[in-house]
Amino acid sequence: MATRRIVVVGNGMVGHHFLDTLVGAKTGDLITVIGEEPRPAYDRVHLSEVFSGRSPEELAMGSRKMYSDWGVEAHFGDPVVRIERAAKRVVTGSGRTFAYDRLVLATGSYPFVPPVPGADNERCLTYRTIDDLGAIKAAAKGSSIGVVVGGGLLGLECANALQNLGLETHVVEFAPGLMGVQLDDGGSSMLRSKIEALGVRVHTGMNTQAITGGSACALQMEFADGTRLDTDMIVFSAGIRPQDALARDAELAVGERGGIVIDYKCKTSDSDIFAIGECALFGGRIYGLVAPGYRMAEVVAGQLAGEAVTFQGADMSTKLKLLGVDVGSIGDAHCRTEGALSYVYSDGREACYKKLVTSADSSRLLGAVLVGDCSDYDTLLQYFLNDMALPADPQALILPASGDRPQLGVAALPATATICSCHNVTKGDVVACIDAGSVSLADVKSTTRASTGCGGCSAMLKNLFDDELTARGVTVDRSLCEHFSHTRQELYHLVMLGEIHSFEELLQKHGRGRGCEICKPAVASILAALWNDHVLDRRHVGLQDTNDNFLANMQKDGTYSVVPRVAGGEITPAKLSVLGAVASKYQLYTKITGGQRIDLFGARLEQLPAIWQELIDAGFETGHAYGKALRTVKSCVGSTWCRYGVQDSVGMAIRLENRYKGLRAPHKIKSGVSGCTRECAEAQSKDFGVIATENGWNLYVGGNGGMKPRHADLFAADLDDDTLIRYIDRFLMFYIRTADRLQRTSVWLDNLEGGIGYLRAVVIDDSLGLAAELEQQMAHIIGTYACEWRATLADPDKLKRFRQFVNSDESDSGVVFIQEREQIRPARPEERLRLVAVSE
Amino acid sequence: MTALERSAWVVVCERQDLVAGGGVCALLGNEQVALFYLPQEDCEVYALANRDPIGKANVLSRGIVGDIGGQLVVASPLYKQHFSLESGVCLEDERIRIPVYAVRLDGDSVLLAQP
Repeated sequence: MATRRIVVVGNGMVGHHFLDTLVGAKTGDLITVIGEEPRPAYDRVHLSEVFSGRSPEELAMGSRKMYSDWGVEAHFGDPVVRIERAAKRVVTGSGRTFAYDRLVLATGSYPFVPPVPGADNERCLTYRTIDDLGAIKAAAKGSSIGVVVGGGLLGLECANALQNLGLETHVVEFAPGLMGVQLDDGGSSMLRSKIEALGVRVHTGMNTQAITGGSACALQMEFADGTRLDTDMIVFSAGIRPQDALARDAELAVGERGGIVIDYKCKTSDSDIFAIGECALFGGRIYGLVAPGYRMAEVVAGQLAGEAVTFQGADMSTKLKLLGVDVGSIGDAHCRTEGALSYVYSDGREACYKKLVTSADSSRLLGAVLVGDCSDYDTLLQYFLNDMALPADPQALILPASGDRPQLGVAALPATATICSCHNVTKGDVVACIDAGSVSLADVKSTTRASTGCGGCSAMLKNLFDDELTARGVTVDRSLCEHFSHTRQELYHLVMLGEIHSFEELLQKHGRGRGCEICKPAVASILAALWNDHVLDRRHVGLQDTNDNFLANMQKDGTYSVVPRVAGGEITPAKLSVLGAVASKYQLYTKITGGQRIDLFGARLEQLPAIWQELIDAGFETGHAYGKALRTVKSCVGSTWCRYGVQDSVGMAIRLENRYKGLRAPHKIKSGVSGCTRECAEAQSKDFGVIATENGWNLYVGGNGGMKPRHADLFAADLDDDTLIRYIDRFLMFYIRTADRLQRTSVWLDNLEGGIGYLRAVVIDDSLGLAAELEQQMAHIIGTYACEWRATLADPDKLKRFRQFVNSDESDSGVVFIQEREQIRPARPEERLRLVAVSE
Repeated sequence: MTALERSAWVVVCERQDLVAGGGVCALLGNEQVALFYLPQEDCEVYALANRDPIGKANVLSRGIVGDIGGQLVVASPLYKQHFSLESGVCLEDERIRIPVYAVRLDGDSVLLAQP
């Protein structure tokens, strides 16, 4: 038998999906695709993203190279103009002919332009192709007002595009409400008020009578009620019509209102011709979404591969974000089923609207409408698609979250439940994929294709994946971020064992992509804890949070605060005077911190080096208030002065602070030393706290104030000075090695398997044989300590970065201060406006 | 290049003023422009408005750069929202978009297009 010749007319998303599926089925057919547009298939669903910066190239789905690799003959820009059924061939505009054994029509649809006089004006456009976008962009350049005719899904997308182009945007809709197909009246009016709040003007119930040249603007629209609207351009997005002209001319059966009639095999009235996607009419209905089109494509490809597959119609439920507003519609949104009940929840303050439509006995979900909050969509869709029994009080499914809200866990779903409707992946498919050995979410995605279409199911897929792995006793992914599938602890070991000294090296060996603001500082902290290079070394600069980067703490207006170290809170009058003098000279706001030191606020970036030069000349050093590092060791005055003190708490605090200053850790570390059991230094609220006893020191660990207060645990009692320090060395290094990113010692200890007992075994009894190594590492860090500010001031290359502008000595004009209680503070926005108005 | 086109480009600094893997800020007329130098990327230099429209301060040049889902971004040092280096769109809220400037390297000179 000669090779079958398959000709596909149309290379949109559905046509492309058909080629993809058929090629994948390895049928050995000779495949030809002929597209009308000058370019291969692209993602039309995300077309509007081109206006928010995505390049048209990024939308591409197919390419000439891809098709040639697949062995598919592809022709673009020369549309088919005629089907000659008797001769079984198609003819293109340029006169080329292509013979077929099977013909697949995937011609899609075209935008409906209402027959209004003047609609053919050159400033009246449509919105469907990449070329349309170009025309809209060009027209928008000379426009200040734009009108979208059509308040449906596409119309609102288009309105978003016009807004992004900076136009005053109007939506004109013939029907009484927006998105009338998907939403009921309540949902529609909530959507309207939300998008009006975004500045889009909505006009519903408007029947456009004529479009004429205007005087105020380029165009004027006249409506049946006599009103008029001036605009510079109009985009028609009032629905789609099936592109069925080829079929009509070839006398294939078409619907009364258009659409190529197909049966459940997607065959047209000619059994050698199929039609798929938006050009096809199945059961009297056009399926204007991409998922049903994909289903049809798979049905035809399956049949050509010899499978007995059929198209059974498709669910038209949809979830999307329009102008930033979440909108969801499931099944019978309008409550048209006989005897159906509806439950409505509407919250004017939060601007969200939710409706459930259930069967008369409230046991099954028939439909739903969600506007403003789509978080329940996935759950509701599963109830709907799987015909699952609803809980006794269905309304609880849409009421604001409360403790007893019924949860539909992924575990409860049947194996037939659809997880990804774009690629028709069921829970069973995902489970089978994991059974077959997939251990990463990326694996499951690439094998099943779940979540690679619209991405709406990604959260549910991840839940299912985690749930299945947990059920199999596999540890769930605790990746630091998308660039490293490791925990901080694992990365620490990789850096240490691999003797890795730069982020790039670690990323290259163990990660992917380019890094982000999560992994870069985390790795920088690990590198600092292990090798203690200067944080502003050229290769580390880009890794640091701004605070580490400029060795100061950024405040809300972009200025910085400066905190010199005042170890143990002890300061001489002379040094205290220097702080006062420097603060006066640079007009800084001054405040005493909770850690017994002084914070100087309002320093501009370019002032930092001069301020620090003066501080360092006076004997200060950096306080690391900007780092995930040891901050302060707070102390009470102790036995030196206090009548009750039993040990020199100030002396010990200074010794500890100077020992651990600059130590980089997963999070900041605070400490305190109290001279007696009255605990005036609040040591039990610190990461490590020391309280004097008659016989020495008690050591406490894992305390925290702040958001989640935790009293520290007594770790060891009556220690002498050297033992105390040895234990703290080991404790801190073990924490640095094993904690997660941004995990304080309190949470770390709570999560440590074996708890304080295990920690004692490691630190005191050396159960892991690590003690010597931990001490050695601490000794290295202490031995290589250098004041980061002193080092920075000595290095012109590092200093260069402390300026607002690379090409000017000016200051940031956005920084404005006003006086309050005899000091400066940042101006509030309304004050700023006033100040600018006065100064102009 | 026509004379008109050439006059629209302004040298703002030299390559050595940039920080590899990070940002600096340049003044273009009265506008603050954040310049990000990523020597491994196609464009090498990316230019965005320095103003963080969410934090309302001129700080974006001091954010950490990286990629999210393959898209080059800078994370605001104030509240960590991500802005695309190529389009200026905020990944957390697509309605927010900050200006992007045309930028190029001519030898070791960094040029910005006068808007």
